[in-house]
Amino acid sequence: MQEKRYAFAAPRDFALAVCFILPQLVVTGLFFFYPAGQAVLGSFFMEDAFGLSKEFVGLENYRRLAESGEYLHSAWVSLVFSLSTVLLSMGLALVLAVTADQAIKGGKFYKSAVIIPYAVAPPLAGVLWMFLFNPSGGAMTRILAGLGVSWNHMLDGDQAMILIIIAASWKQISYNFLFFLAGLQAIPKSLIEAAAIDGAGFWRRFLGIVFPLLSPTTFFLLVVNTIYTLFETFGIVHAVTSGGPAQATSTLIYKVYNDGFVGLDFGGSSAQSVVLMIIVMALTFAQFHFVEKKVAYQ
Amino acid sequence: MVEHKGAHSVISHLILLLGALLVLFPLYIALVAASHPAEALIGTTPLWFGPRLSENFGSVLGHGLQAAGGAPVWRMLLNSTIMAVGISLGKILISLLSAFAIVYFRLPGRQICFFLIFVTLMLPVEIRIVPTFEVANHLGLINNYPGLIFPLIASATATFLYRQFFLTIPDELLEAARIDGAGPWRFFRDVVLPLSRTNTAALFVVTFIYGWNQYLWPLLITNQESMYTVVMAIQRMVNVPDAPVEWNLVMTTALLGLLPPLLVVLGMQRLFIKGLIETEK
Repeated sequence: MQEKRYAFAAPRDFALAVCFILPQLVVTGLFFFYPAGQAVLGSFFMEDAFGLSKEFVGLENYRRLAESGEYLHSAWVSLVFSLSTVLLSMGLALVLAVTADQAIKGGKFYKSAVIIPYAVAPPLAGVLWMFLFNPSGGAMTRILAGLGVSWNHMLDGDQAMILIIIAASWKQISYNFLFFLAGLQAIPKSLIEAAAIDGAGFWRRFLGIVFPLLSPTTFFLLVVNTIYTLFETFGIVHAVTSGGPAQATSTLIYKVYNDGFVGLDFGGSSAQSVVLMIIVMALTFAQFHFVEKKVAYQ
Repeated sequence: MVEHKGAHSVISHLILLLGALLVLFPLYIALVAASHPAEALIGTTPLWFGPRLSENFGSVLGHGLQAAGGAPVWRMLLNSTIMAVGISLGKILISLLSAFAIVYFRLPGRQICFFLIFVTLMLPVEIRIVPTFEVANHLGLINNYPGLIFPLIASATATFLYRQFFLTIPDELLEAARIDGAGPWRFFRDVVLPLSRTNTAALFVVTFIYGWNQYLWPLLITNQESMYTVVMAIQRMVNVPDAPVEWNLVMTTALLGLLPPLLVVLGMQRLFIKGLIETEK
C-alpha cells in the first residue's frame, strides 16, 4: 500500500488517530460486519413456525435453495433482467456517448438532458414508466394498441419483465453515458486523426481503435451495472410489479426481502443473502484484479 | 476533429435528439398529467397541459393522497431532506477523519482498518437487510431520523477518494507545519481541510443524491406516516387497495420527489460529474 514519507508517529498522537478512525469502524462494525456475520450464521439455523426456537441444521437451508424450483426460477428471472438491462442501457449509452464526443453545436444541451435520469430514484423511474404503460389508457399502451399489441403488465409476465427492464435501463443510461464519455475523451485525438488520414472510415476507427481503448471503461461498467441490476433495482420491482404477476419479476433481491420480511423465513432468507454476498465478492474481485492489471501495464 | 460537417453532423444531431427525447419523454408526460384533474386521466393520457398544475401541487403538499393515508407530501420532503443531508454530512465527516488517520499516522493496524472499510463495498444494504434491521431495532432506531441516517453513513468510496487525494498533498506541507510546531489536529484543520474543499463539495453532491434516493432502508425502518420519505411513499400511492390510482396526484408527487436531486445534478453539473467519476473509479 502506498504511504507518506512523513507521518505522525509519536504514540501521544495516536489517541487522536484512534478518535478519527473510530466512528467509521463503529458504523461498519455495527451495520455491516455484525449483520453480515449474523446472516452467515443464520443461514445454518432453522426457526420453527412461531419463531420460538432455533435449530442448527447445517447446510439444510442451502440444500433447500438448490432444490427449490421457486429459487431457481428467481435466479433465471434475475439473469434475464440483469443481462437485458445491462446490454440495453450500455448499448444506448455508448451510441450517445460516441455521438456526443464529437464537437457539435448544442452538445451541452444534449449532455444535460441525458444525465437527468441519474437524479431519479429507481422506484420513481419505475412509477413514471408504469404510468406510460398503464393498462387503462397509458400513452405507450395506446400506441401499442394502435400497433395491434394488447398491453397489460399486470396479467402478462413477459410484459411485466419488459416494463422493469425499460425503467431500469432508462435510469442507468446517464451513468453509463458519463463514464463512456469520460473514457472516450481520454483517448488521444491524434490516434484517431492519424487513422482518418490513413483513410480509415468511421467503423474502421471505432472497431480498430476506439472500442479496444475503451475496454477498461466497458469492463468497469459491466461490473457496476451488474451490481446495480442485482440490488439497486429492488425499488423498481417492489413499487411496480411486487414480483408479479405469478413471480414473473421476482428477482433474487426481491425474494430475499419477500422471504425474510413478508414470509418470515429467516434461515432461508439468510442463505439467499449469503449466496448474493458471494456473487458481489466475485464481481468486486474480478473488477480489482482487472484494474490492477491495467495499472501494471501502463 | 474528424468528420463533423454536412450529413454526418445531421445524423449526430438526430441520434442525440432521439436520445434526449427518450430521456425527457416520461418526465414530460408526468408533468402534463400533473396539470390535469383526475377525471381527465380516466382511460386516457393527455398530451398537452391542463389547468390544474398548481392546485395539484398544493393538494399533495398539504393533504397527500387520501387513498394512501393522506400523509402530507411536504412532511415527506422534509424527512427526505433531513435524511439526505444527514447521510451526506455523516459520510463526509467519518470518511475525512478515517482517511486522515490512515494516511497521516503510523498507527499500527491501519492497513487492516483500511481493508475492513474497503470490504464494505461488497456488502450492500440489500443483502443484509434482515439482520441489519434487527440491529437497528435493538438500538431503538425505528421511526426516527438517526435510524434513517446512521446505518447508511459508512463509506468505502469516500474514504478511498480522500485517501487518494491526501496522498497527492506534497510532503513538504507537513514538514513545514511540523517545523512551525503544528500538531496533527492543527495540520488537519488548517491545511488538509481547506485543500479538500473541491473534493468535499463534489462528494456532497453525489452523496446527497444517494441519500435522497434511498428506498429499501426507509421502507424497513419507518412505519409511521410522519417519518415517511417521498421516494419510499410513492409505492403506497400506486398500490392502493380497492381504488383506482389517482395518476395526476401520483405524478405530482413523483415530480416533487425527483426535483431536488434533479436541481442539484443540473445546477452543479461540473461538481456532480467530478464527484461521480472520481468516487467510482
